Amino acid sequence: MPSKIAQIRLVSSHPEVYEPCDDSFALVDALLADQTNLLMHNPKLCMEVGCGSGYVITSLALVLGQGACGAYYIATDINPHAVRVTSETLEAHGVHAELITTDIASGLEERLAGLVDVMVVNPPYVPTPEEEVGRDGIASAWAGGENGRCVIDKILPVADKLLSDRGWLYMVTLTANNPSEICLQMRDKGYASRIVVQRSTEEESLHVIKFWRDSDDILQANEVGAVNKTGPARIFESLLSQFPGLLFGRNSNSSST
Amino acid sequence: MRLLTHNMLSSNIKGVTNGFPLQIEAVKVVEKQVDFNPDFLKNMFSKVDWTALAAASKALGYADLPEAAGADMLDSDDFLRRFHHALLQLHLEEGALVCPETGRRFPVSKGIPNMLLHEDEV
Repeated sequence: MPSKIAQIRLVSSHPEVYEPCDDSFALVDALLADQTNLLMHNPKLCMEVGCGSGYVITSLALVLGQGACGAYYIATDINPHAVRVTSETLEAHGVHAELITTDIASGLEERLAGLVDVMVVNPPYVPTPEEEVGRDGIASAWAGGENGRCVIDKILPVADKLLSDRGWLYMVTLTANNPSEICLQMRDKGYASRIVVQRSTEEESLHVIKFWRDSDDILQANEVGAVNKTGPARIFESLLSQFPGLLFGRNSNSSST
Repeated sequence: MRLLTHNMLSSNIKGVTNGFPLQIEAVKVVEKQVDFNPDFLKNMFSKVDWTALAAASKALGYADLPEAAGADMLDSDDFLRRFHHALLQLHLEEGALVCPETGRRFPVSKGIPNMLLHEDEV
């Protein structure tokens, strides 16, 4: 039986490319946890921004399947080594994704607008000095600037532009990124959100958050068993309960979970 | 790079207003077998810029697409097979994409276009 996700031994590598790590595993675990919904969602076009080793986009292609009812996959990375390594990882698993070396989705924003049904992002989320953001090579995989938000805050408007009416976004965040604030910002753009995977290691506390446009809000609310309230109030309450003690807290929560 | 991807790419240089479609300089083209999926093709048809696809297909040496196409043609198996071949099975392996406004070349190597800009282009 074919394995459901990418196998580490088949993931290619390069000294300048971020290897699959806890955050990559958390994101793939989130896709597996949501697999039934993803299969029902039947996305036509899936995209990963920042594909790194290719572990996540390969896993997504394996989770959803290719072939006769498969989707079209596009993956980008600003690091040319990463894009090449991703192509080797995909090939080793017998799946295909279209690869583009570019900054986030530069070059795609016009024509791909409103077409992406599923987007996955494991952004560079580590808080670093601002000047470390945008450097070449492996630093681009983790350097996130102040609160680790520098690149995340560039990706979110692009995601909003590219996602289709029924588009879903899965994104990894660190507690220091202030995920509740990210959810509130996305709420203003019309997205509901929930945490699919939460994981704490000695070094960091990760959340994989799923965002979706409010129109299929009700379906999702049923899925997580939300209480019978309507509209933004419920979403806001659900946000509060998902991030205990974190709301609007900056840099004060590294040991809270 | 498949031509569906080409159809979604525009020149991203700052100030360029007419960056689509990118012209293709083909050095090496490969064909790869892809499962035929009429539903996918019908779904994508309305999103594809046909003129750009037909020109790109020709640039890769496949001239069997009509110059213009309408949704009524989606009932034809023959049409869908040609559309499928051009959209998904032709790959630009080596070559370049050229900005129609500035002539700036974006290299394509091992099937991967490089859209990274120089500092003065952002």
